[in-house]
Amino acid sequence: MNLEYGLQYEAFRAEVRAFLDRHKSDKPALSLIEVTPAERARWLSLLIEHGYFARTIPREYGGYGAEPDLLATVIMDEEFNRAGVSRGLNAQGPSMLVPTLLEHGTEEQKRRWIAPTLRGEVIWCQGYSEPGSGSDLASLTTSAHEDGSDFVINGSKIWTSTADKAQMMFALVRTEAAAPRHAGISYILLAMDTPGIEVRPLETMSGAIGENSFNQVFFRDVRVPQANVVGRRGEGWKIANTTLAHERASLNANAEGLLLRLIRLMRKETANGAPAIASPVYRDRLMRLQARAHAMKHHSMRLLTCGLRGESPGVAGLVVKLSNCQLSFDIAALAIDAMGELGSLYDHAKYEREKGFWQAHSFFALGLIIGGGTAQIQRNIIAERGLGLPREPKVAQA
Amino acid sequence: MDFGLSEDQRLLEQSVRGWLRDNVPIARVRELRAAACPNDRAIWRGLAELGAAGIVVPETCGGSGLALLDAALVAQSLGHAVAPCAFLSTAVIAPVALGSFGADAKPWLEGIAAGELVFGVAFTETFSVREGAGVVLAGDRVRGKAMMAIDAHGADRILIPIGDRIAVMRSDAPGLSTARLTTIDATRCTAEVVLDGVSPDAVLDGAGGAIARALDAGRIALAADALGACEAMIEQAVAYAQQRRQFGRAIGSFQAVKHMCAEMIAALEPARSLLWYAAHSFDALPDEVPQMACHVLAHVSEIGREIASTATQVHGGIGWTDEQNLHFWFKRIAVARHLLGGPELLRERAAELQGFVL
Repeated sequence: MNLEYGLQYEAFRAEVRAFLDRHKSDKPALSLIEVTPAERARWLSLLIEHGYFARTIPREYGGYGAEPDLLATVIMDEEFNRAGVSRGLNAQGPSMLVPTLLEHGTEEQKRRWIAPTLRGEVIWCQGYSEPGSGSDLASLTTSAHEDGSDFVINGSKIWTSTADKAQMMFALVRTEAAAPRHAGISYILLAMDTPGIEVRPLETMSGAIGENSFNQVFFRDVRVPQANVVGRRGEGWKIANTTLAHERASLNANAEGLLLRLIRLMRKETANGAPAIASPVYRDRLMRLQARAHAMKHHSMRLLTCGLRGESPGVAGLVVKLSNCQLSFDIAALAIDAMGELGSLYDHAKYEREKGFWQAHSFFALGLIIGGGTAQIQRNIIAERGLGLPREPKVAQA
Repeated sequence: MDFGLSEDQRLLEQSVRGWLRDNVPIARVRELRAAACPNDRAIWRGLAELGAAGIVVPETCGGSGLALLDAALVAQSLGHAVAPCAFLSTAVIAPVALGSFGADAKPWLEGIAAGELVFGVAFTETFSVREGAGVVLAGDRVRGKAMMAIDAHGADRILIPIGDRIAVMRSDAPGLSTARLTTIDATRCTAEVVLDGVSPDAVLDGAGGAIARALDAGRIALAADALGACEAMIEQAVAYAQQRRQFGRAIGSFQAVKHMCAEMIAALEPARSLLWYAAHSFDALPDEVPQMACHVLAHVSEIGREIASTATQVHGGIGWTDEQNLHFWFKRIAVARHLLGGPELLRERAAELQGFVL
């Protein structure tokens, strides 16, 4: 056991801090997805130039070109979090499409798409889920018929975050109607301004002040060049699974920071003249959550160590999403309860606390429990891959 | 940066688990439940030969001088095997309590490391007084009673905190009597100690800090024991779910059953990480220990109750029988929940340590 990062890494940390101090005022005022493309590209280029974003993407494709270094990544995350600055563009283009293109794309696809994606000049959305294909994604029916050098796409995608802002979509479509279901899917890139695409906003339970960029996308005879397929035709399922692994790795919640925010609230929020934290009942709930937050923090240190040692964490690595998302939801729930009658105020109501943050976070955390593989699916993965329990027998096709 | 077990720690765990598998199978545990005291001396001597008895005793006193994390790994292995022995009292609480008393404590520590002296510890009244219990020093005599004293029945010495002093008593001293307080857990010995004007072997002054450290160490080791028992229950539930067939298929292929198993392991693995951190903090981050010791034992107690119940339910009716033996682990976990402070008490203490109790 050694919890020190060592001199070399502490020097790196000092560098990151100095950068953040120096460039505090250059940071865009809004979230990166909201600002103008020029402003976004300027900030992201600055981060890439210093290796704080796209760190391990090769230089020839517009990245910084460093070797993977887990500790450097942790230090950057810690310091950017502390400064309240987002470390690059936390969107599906850089986090999911770019690693996929690096692994499966042609040279031309890599050169065309990776650099502008990293600089935020091209925003991507993900077209995987469909109204009829959620957890059972391989049953998807959006079809792509061959017509000359194009595919003609018909169908619909759902839960499409940022589809209203994106210029491009990476999607799974069924290109081989006759093939067995996993073998009939291709991974394809398409421009959102192609005729025949309609984006309809999908209101979520968060309402006006929460997540508001969820959509359903409809395709009607949408022509896409066959050259836009990534990897080989019919191998989209395999390719998408590498992308999904990237998504799961990126779905992480910071329970420690959230818990500190809850403690501040419980010290300040009073009922009948006493702060919430003075109530043994609320305090006991807080301490239960604190133990879970400590556990998840040290669990992530353990998994980081597995990574550094090159060991597989086994089942310990599979439980993170399930546990973290639930913890995040439970922390918001206590905050809401500690505010009593006022906990339900929303939408800029008089007496609303922290601009409705806790209700909004509660909705958001519930979304995270479901998104990227529902909690039920997570439990299947833990039990089957982690504990070796048998899979559910396949139902014979009707 | 390295937050994981070392190669030496893995070997230690393997050797203790291997020895327990060979020497304390569940059949032996079943035999010992009929004994007046389950803390079998033959088991203790065997563990002492492996170095378990003196694991945290300094090398100058014949011990291994290892860290609390190493002791926690042994405790976890003992919980995994539901092995009856006086490890918590003799190998963890007593050596930590006595460790700072130099030459005065040397003979006891040597006796512990050699596996010759078994200590009972009477710490309950430092955090919870019931039934008018309490021990006082009147002149050079010790009077009163201590309840739920761990491993005190059948021990050679009994260690009793009195204010900021520690009294070390011979268990055969005139006026001292112990009576086993039978709990649901047949694998652990708890007793009442009655002291009717007993002359102590020694009274150690200025022991307030030592008592607190010993309690922290005990809480972490007890959490480790319960975690090991949880681990064993999950292993048995998963094995049963793979082998038991109903409706023409293994019950583990039903989501209702596999999700129970997933929930158990999802609770256990982060708790293991918390345990490592709490145990590591005992040697490396002393300021954090009191809070971590409370949190880890409270947390393991909570997930332990769920795991014990769920693992039993995965077995269906057979899990509820004496013959299936699962209840040994269930009861070990259930009693650990209250032995050094229940979760409500521990959480309130953790809150108090952070200034949250106004």
